[in-house]
Amino acid sequence: MIEINELCKFYGDRKAVGPLSCSIADGEIVGLLGLNGAGKTTTLRILACDLLPTSGTVIVDGIDVVERPHEVRARIGYLPDTPPLYPEMTVRGYLLFTAQLRGLSRSQAEKQVPEAMASTQLTEVADDQIASLSHGFKQRVGIAQAIVHRPRLLVLDEPITGLDPVQIVEMRALLLGLKGKHTILLSSHILSEISETCDRILVIKNGEIAASGTEAELTAKLMRGHVEITVREHADRGAAQVMAATLHGVREVEVLPPTEAGEGVTTLRVFFTERDVREELCKALVGAGIGILQIGLRERELESVFLNLAGPAKATSEAADEIEEEEEPA
Amino acid sequence: MRNALLIARREIGSYLGSPVGYVVAAVALLIQGLWFTFLGLTKGALLSAQVLGVFFEGASGTTIILAALLSMRLLAGERENGTMVLLNTAPVRESEVVAGKFLAGLSFLTAVAALTVYMPLLIFVNGKVSIGHILVGYLGIVLLAAASLAVGLFASALASSQVVAVLIAGALLGVLFLVFFVAQATEPPINTFLFGLSIFHVRQRGFMTGVLKLENVVYYVGVAYFFLFATTKTLEARRWR
Repeated sequence: MIEINELCKFYGDRKAVGPLSCSIADGEIVGLLGLNGAGKTTTLRILACDLLPTSGTVIVDGIDVVERPHEVRARIGYLPDTPPLYPEMTVRGYLLFTAQLRGLSRSQAEKQVPEAMASTQLTEVADDQIASLSHGFKQRVGIAQAIVHRPRLLVLDEPITGLDPVQIVEMRALLLGLKGKHTILLSSHILSEISETCDRILVIKNGEIAASGTEAELTAKLMRGHVEITVREHADRGAAQVMAATLHGVREVEVLPPTEAGEGVTTLRVFFTERDVREELCKALVGAGIGILQIGLRERELESVFLNLAGPAKATSEAADEIEEEEEPA
Repeated sequence: MRNALLIARREIGSYLGSPVGYVVAAVALLIQGLWFTFLGLTKGALLSAQVLGVFFEGASGTTIILAALLSMRLLAGERENGTMVLLNTAPVRESEVVAGKFLAGLSFLTAVAALTVYMPLLIFVNGKVSIGHILVGYLGIVLLAAASLAVGLFASALASSQVVAVLIAGALLGVLFLVFFVAQATEPPINTFLFGLSIFHVRQRGFMTGVLKLENVVYYVGVAYFFLFATTKTLEARRWR
C-alpha cells in the first residue's frame, strides 16, 4: 500500500526527515513512534500530499504522491494532530461537506455519512454543533471525516493524544474496528498508546527509521539486556548473593526501591552478560528457597525500550518541528 | 465548479450559523442608515439625484471596509483555525477553493447591499429618481465589492493570521483609494494612469451618478480577476511545497 524510498524533507537547510525508507502492506495497522521533533508529522503530511518531499519517492496504492497528488488525495483519509473542524457546523453537516469534498456525490454522501457516524459512535450527537462536543467526541469526528469516503489508506497523526483513559480505551476499540477496512498508519510519541492497536511499530529518530517490529520484538531487544525481579528474601541469604554464587550469565545486580510492600521484599535489576539467563535465574532462586513475586519489565520499562531506540531528538529536528508548528497552526 | 459551490455553500452557512455574519451585517446597515439619514435626508435641500449619490457614497465606503473585514477570515481564518489542511488534503483545486470563497463573500456583500434598497426607495416619498440610476448605482456597489473582496482574498492567502490579513488588505485597498490624491498632485501622462487606478473617486463616481461606462466595468472586473488569479497562485505555492 505504501512504498517510501529514501524520503528526505528539508526546511531550508534543516533536515526534518530522511533518508527514510519503509513499506506498509495492504490492511496493516502500523504505528509511527517517535519523540516530538523526530519527523512523524512531516512524514505523515507528505503522505497526505500536504507537503512536498525534498527528495525520494513516496508511492501510495501504486501512485506517486508528487506526480499525481490529486489521485492520492482521493484515496487517503487524513486526520492531522488537531482535527480540522468547523465548530459552528453540526456533526452531520460537517461530514456531508467533507464527504463531498472528497469526491462523493450528494446521494453517496448521504448514504455513507450515517455509516461513518455509526463506526465512530457519533450517531447520538449527529445533529449537535461540533463546538458543543467534548474533546473525545471531536477526535471521533476527526476520524469520521477521514473514513467517510472509504479511503484505502488512513493516516492519523496522534489520534490518541489528549484523551482521558476511558476515551483512550474507546479510541483503541474504534481503531481496531477499522482494521480490515483500511490500511492505517498512525503516529504517537507514547508507546503504550499504540502498542495494543498496531500490528507493527516503526520507531523514528531524527527523521530516520531506528527500529521496526512488533511490540514483543522491540521489547525482546531490551529483555536480552536486563530484567527486573521482585523477590521475598531469607534473612540469612539474599537473592543477589544467590545470583552471584550460582550464575555466570549475570554481569551486575542493582538494588531498586521495592515495587511492592512486605517483609523481606526486594526488587533487583539484573544485567546479563550476553545471553538471556532468565530461566536459570528463576531455577537458582527457587532452589535457594527465595520466592519470586514478579519478573519482567514494568510498563515504565517498556517506555524505556522506546526511549532507548528513539533517543533524544537532534537540535536540527527540533528546529524543524518548530517550523512545522509555525506552518500548521493547531 | 461543483467543489467551488460546495465550499461557497459551507462558507455562507458559517455566516448564517454564527452570530458574526448577523452582527457584521447589522453594523454595516446601521452605519449606512446613519450616513443616509444625516448626510442625505436631513442635511438640507438636495436634489433627489444628489441624495441618491450620497447614499451610494456611503454604501461604497461601507462595502470596501466590509469586504476587507470579511475576506480576512476566508483563507487566513481557515489557516488560523487549522482547517486549511482539510482543503489542502482533499482532491480540490486551488482555483476551486478561491472561486468558492469569492462566491460566498460576494453573495454575502450583495445580500447586505440588497438589504439597503429601502433607503433609495425612500427618496420616492418626497422626490423622484430614475430606477436606472438606482440599478446602475447598485451594479457599481457589487462590482466594487467584487474588486475589494478579491484584493482582501489575496491578502488573506498571503497571511497566516486574520489580523495580518486585514492589515494587508487595508494597505492594498488604501493604496487604490488614495492613488486619486497622488494623481491630483502629478502631471500628465502619469496622472492619467494613476486616475485610472483609483478604485473609488474615479471609477465609482460614474456609477453613483447613474452613468454606466464600460471602461469602469472592465476596471473592476480586471482588478477582481487579477487578484483572484494572484490568490490562486499564492495558494498553489503555499499548499504544495
